Amino acid sequence: MKNQNTVFFVRKEFAPSRPAPASTVGVLGWIRNNLFSTPFNSLLTVVVGGLGAWSIWGALDWLIFNAVWVGGNEACKANPNGACWTFIGTRFDQFVYGFYEKPERWRVDLVILVLFVGVFWTGWEKAPARRWAGGFMLILFPWIAWGMLYGGIFGLPIVETSQWGGFILTLVVSLIGIIVSLPLGILLALGRRSNMPIINSTCVFFIEFWRGVPLITILFMAAYVLPLFFPTGMNFDQLLRALIGFAFFAAAYMAEVVRGGLQSLDKGQYEAADSLGLSYWKSMRLIILPQALKAVIPGIVNTFIGLFKDTTLVLIIGLLDLLGMVHAAIADPNWSIRSVPTTGYAFVAITFFTFCYGMSRYSRFIEDKLNTGHQR
Amino acid sequence: MNTLPNPESRAQPVIQIQKMNKWFGQFHVLKEIDLEVVTGERIVICGPSGSGKSTLIRCINRLEEHQEGQIVVDGVELTNDLKHIEHVRREVGMVFQHFNLFPHLTVLENCTLAPIWVRKQPKAEAEATAMKYLERVKIPEQAEKYPGQLSGGQQQRVAIARSLCMQPRIMLFDEPTSALDPEMIKEVLDVMIELADTGMTMLVVTHEMGFARTVANRVIFMDDGQIIEQNKPEEFFNNPQSDRTKLFLSQILQH
Repeated sequence: MKNQNTVFFVRKEFAPSRPAPASTVGVLGWIRNNLFSTPFNSLLTVVVGGLGAWSIWGALDWLIFNAVWVGGNEACKANPNGACWTFIGTRFDQFVYGFYEKPERWRVDLVILVLFVGVFWTGWEKAPARRWAGGFMLILFPWIAWGMLYGGIFGLPIVETSQWGGFILTLVVSLIGIIVSLPLGILLALGRRSNMPIINSTCVFFIEFWRGVPLITILFMAAYVLPLFFPTGMNFDQLLRALIGFAFFAAAYMAEVVRGGLQSLDKGQYEAADSLGLSYWKSMRLIILPQALKAVIPGIVNTFIGLFKDTTLVLIIGLLDLLGMVHAAIADPNWSIRSVPTTGYAFVAITFFTFCYGMSRYSRFIEDKLNTGHQR
Repeated sequence: MNTLPNPESRAQPVIQIQKMNKWFGQFHVLKEIDLEVVTGERIVICGPSGSGKSTLIRCINRLEEHQEGQIVVDGVELTNDLKHIEHVRREVGMVFQHFNLFPHLTVLENCTLAPIWVRKQPKAEAEATAMKYLERVKIPEQAEKYPGQLSGGQQQRVAIARSLCMQPRIMLFDEPTSALDPEMIKEVLDVMIELADTGMTMLVVTHEMGFARTVANRVIFMDDGQIIEQNKPEEFFNNPQSDRTKLFLSQILQH
């Protein structure tokens, strides 16, 4: 095989595959390629690594090692250089339940328990009867949960929504938003792509209106302006009004995300579905939406996460969600200590981060699971 | 430009197209098309790109809408009536240039979806039929895979099986081998030849002139949105009448 430049050449032995050079693969290869490829990059690695380690150590020191875990407000006053977790401990019930009446709090516990069991049941791949659990969680659970929390059914005393607060309020607002916005958003997206002018323009108007107005404005309108148009004596629940505003706002964003997914599909998919004789709704349900939604899982979860964090805005219409409760508790003169506000906000941040990161990881997991080797 | 009498059968026409015209916006893409197809006929449609041949067969299952004239398929006229359209689509299978398999479903699910949801077949029956057709296109062992894991030739054979599972009376092929690597064209053509042997009515838009010679019993040449010439294959290739056809044939058959 010394000379392949002659016109006549026939290969007699096939060249075997060899492993890649050791310095380019494995852990060492990775470190070399990514961290220490040039002297300048090596310097950057050392400097950034040092800064990272220093700030992580500082945070852990404040949050854990130097923090106050037992005792009352005196202990926190004595140690201003660490988190004051006893403040969270003392107020924990209030952060979870708001002003929900103490003897009725088991109802909240039950709802949260069913919620978490249901979410894990639906989310865990190998669980039996997953479809039923999912259907129950999406269709029946919201009504049952509302009944349990508000009361008036099964002989439960009514707990007015003005007494709801804390984490349970955050959950109610975000879950209703999530459960309503996805199906409504899908319908709006399909409507926006419809050829029928009335459906099309209605959907475009709805989406552009709710997307074009700041969420704070929507909440203000729902809380203070809308009641002016009601006949005297009629009043429907402040929380309910905020919920509708939230759900529509999120649905408008969701519709645009879903529309992106619909547009990313090849025209051939629509044509193949048509050519097999599938009706519009069947081809949407069986062919188009499964692919379109899969393509935009990151966008959908992004909208969910945004919605979850935006629930804190209900603060401005006087509803006290988790952040609102913490915010109010900090003002207590007994806890007027330097480390208390920071601890309170750190607690809120950690709670929100846990939920948002959980959603984000679950969306990655679903994406990997639904990947059928098709790259477009 | 009228249809030739079919020598082999005196069967009823399954497709009748009369004075059909179609425009894309201002562009007159199909002009005065008259075409009659009887059961069991195998027609190859050829012509330069942009001549309207794909658009013509896409009008037959209403993927494209015609503006003038009449198209009757399987005794049903294609109008805006959804019931008519759905009837025709159930009876007419279509194979696309880019396969258009459903990437989120397995090969078997691709084949059973329409029989289950459109024909209302029980799942077990649909799966049995699907396996039968997957065997006929020689890939039963790929049934549980996803389309993305198959080669182009295999995907196109699945697409043929998927259409056959609806047990259509007519099959339309829109350049079925144009997107394939040269090594895979034969496996798809072999399947189409076998299908022709079963007596299926086929309309095939293709540049595979070998296929046209051996399988077709009529070749249609289109240019500029019109049917320029149609004839039996041996006459068409050996004795083309119009200058446009002669030019086309000289250009594609020179190697």
